[in-house]
Amino acid sequence: MSTELPRLAPRIDPDTAAFWEGTTRGVLLLERCPDCQTVIWYPRGGFCPACGKFSAVTFEAAGTGTVYSFTVVHRGLGEYAGVTPFVIAYVELDEGPRVMTNIVDVDPSEVHVGMPVRAVFHDTGEGSALYRFAPAQRTGA
Amino acid sequence: MTIKRKAFIAGIYEHPRREIPDRSVAQIHAEVAIGALADAGLTLSDVDGYFTDGSTGFGAMSMTDYLGLRCTHSDSTETGGSSYLFHVGHAAEAIAAGRCNVALITLAGKPRTGGGGGPGRAYAPENAFEGLFGMSGAVTGYALAAQRHMYEYGTTSEQLAEVKVAASLHAQHNPHAMLNKPVTVEEVLASPMISSPLHRFDCCVVTDGGGAVVVVSPEVARDLPRANVTVLGQGEAIKHSDNGRIDLTYTGGVVSGPRAFEEAGVTHSDIDYVSIYDSFTITVVETLEDLGFCEKGQGGRFVMDGTLVSPGGKLPFNTDGGGLCNNHPSNRGGITKIIEAVRQLRGEAHPAVQVPDCEIALAHGTGGSLATRMGSSTLIMAREAA
Ligand SMILES: [Zn+2]
Repeated sequence: MSTELPRLAPRIDPDTAAFWEGTTRGVLLLERCPDCQTVIWYPRGGFCPACGKFSAVTFEAAGTGTVYSFTVVHRGLGEYAGVTPFVIAYVELDEGPRVMTNIVDVDPSEVHVGMPVRAVFHDTGEGSALYRFAPAQRTGA
Repeated sequence: MTIKRKAFIAGIYEHPRREIPDRSVAQIHAEVAIGALADAGLTLSDVDGYFTDGSTGFGAMSMTDYLGLRCTHSDSTETGGSSYLFHVGHAAEAIAAGRCNVALITLAGKPRTGGGGGPGRAYAPENAFEGLFGMSGAVTGYALAAQRHMYEYGTTSEQLAEVKVAASLHAQHNPHAMLNKPVTVEEVLASPMISSPLHRFDCCVVTDGGGAVVVVSPEVARDLPRANVTVLGQGEAIKHSDNGRIDLTYTGGVVSGPRAFEEAGVTHSDIDYVSIYDSFTITVVETLEDLGFCEKGQGGRFVMDGTLVSPGGKLPFNTDGGGLCNNHPSNRGGITKIIEAVRQLRGEAHPAVQVPDCEIALAHGTGGSLATRMGSSTLIMAREAA
C-alpha cells in the first residue's frame, strides 16, 4: 500500500476560496455557468472562460469519476522525494472536467486507465483539504 | 502580410559547454549573443531588435540593459522551450513591418550547476490545482501524455525508445554532446523508470548553456557572407487545458504545422531535414503525427526501422543529438532546434550526419506541458541567398 502522501496547502485567493472551503467539508465544489451551462475547471471564482461572463455558481460534484491517464512516479521532488512510488493521474469527473490528482489506497501497479474512482479528502490543517481519489466499487458497472 | 522571404538567418551560435559553474546566466546570454553576431559578421551595436524569454528578470528589458543594446523593437514572448521558435517568427514579422533590421534572439540558463532563473510558476492560476500532487518537474506531464497515447493507439515503450536510439546515433559524432555513446532499444528499456512509462533514457539531458540566432532583413543580408537561409513560413499556437477538457493525445502542432506549411508553400515531401523538439521521446512521436508526417496514432510505428536516422532514414531528425543526447540548455531545447536546422541548410552539420543537398528544413518547438498548457511553433526555412 502506498505511503501517506504530503499534505501541501494551496494558496487561497478569491478565485478559489469557495472551492477550498468545500474540501474541508469533504465536498468537491464545481462551478457551472448559468448562461452557457459549462462546468468550469479549474475554479475561477465565478468567471466562465467559455462565454466570458462572471456569473458561474457552485454546485456539489458527485465526487466520482474514472482514471483518464496516470503515471507511477519513481523519482519524487521536494516533499514527495521520500514517498515513491506514488501515482499522479488525471481523473475524468462524472461532470466532465479532467483534473490532476493522486490515486491512493491502492497498489500503484493496479492503477489503470478507465479505473472507477471516488474522491477522498486529506486535511492540510490550513483551511483546505487535498482532493485525492481511491478505487470505487460501482454497482451495475 | 506574409513573412515569406522577408527575413534571413545570418548568424547562429550554440554554447559549446554543458556545465558552466563559472559564469552567470547573464554572462552566458552575452557570450552566445557575441558568438552569433560574429558568425553573422555583425556586432552588438548593429542590433536594433532583441528577443528573449521571460526567465531572466524582466526578460528583454533586463537583458537589453545588461547587453547595452539600443533597440527599436523587443519581445519577451514566454512559451517555455518553444519561445525561440516563436521569436524567429515574430522577428521576421517585425523586420517585414520595418520595425527593426537586425534581430538578436538569445537563450541562456544553468539548471545543471544552479543559479538560473525561471518564470514564476507559484502565482500562475493553475498552480493550486496541479502543483500540490507531486509533479516531478516536466516529466510528469509528458508521462501522463505517453500513457494515454499508449492506451488509445497501442504505442509501445520499444517504439518510444527508437527515438532515443536515433538521437544517440547522431550524438556520437558531436564532440560537445552531453551523451555521445550510441544506445540500443534494450538499453533504453533497461534504464531506470523515472515516471512510468518514461525511463531515464526517454528524458532529455539537463545542461547549462545557451544559444543565439541573428535574423536580418534582406537588405542587411545581401552584405553578409553567411546569410543564406531564409524564413519561408512560421505557425504558432498555445494549446491549453480547455477548461478541464484536456486531451493528452495531440499538441498545438495541429495548428502551428498547417499554418507554417501554408505560408511556406511547401509540402511534407519537400522537407529534407527536421529538428523536432525532443524533451522526451513521446514529444517527438506526438509532434510528428500532429505535423502530418504520419497519421494520428501512427507515430510509434513511423519512428521504427531507422526513419529518423541520418543519413538514409526517410525523415532525418536532430542530427546534433537533440535534447535527448546533445544539449537542452536551461531546460529549453528551442534554440538548438533552429541552430541545427541552419547548420543542415548551410551544409555545415557533421559530415557523418549531413543530409545531402539539404534545401528545405523544418524546426519545431514545444514548450510547457505536453498537450495541456503548451506553446507550439513550427518554422520552415530554405537555403536561399538574399
Ligand atoms: Zn459561460
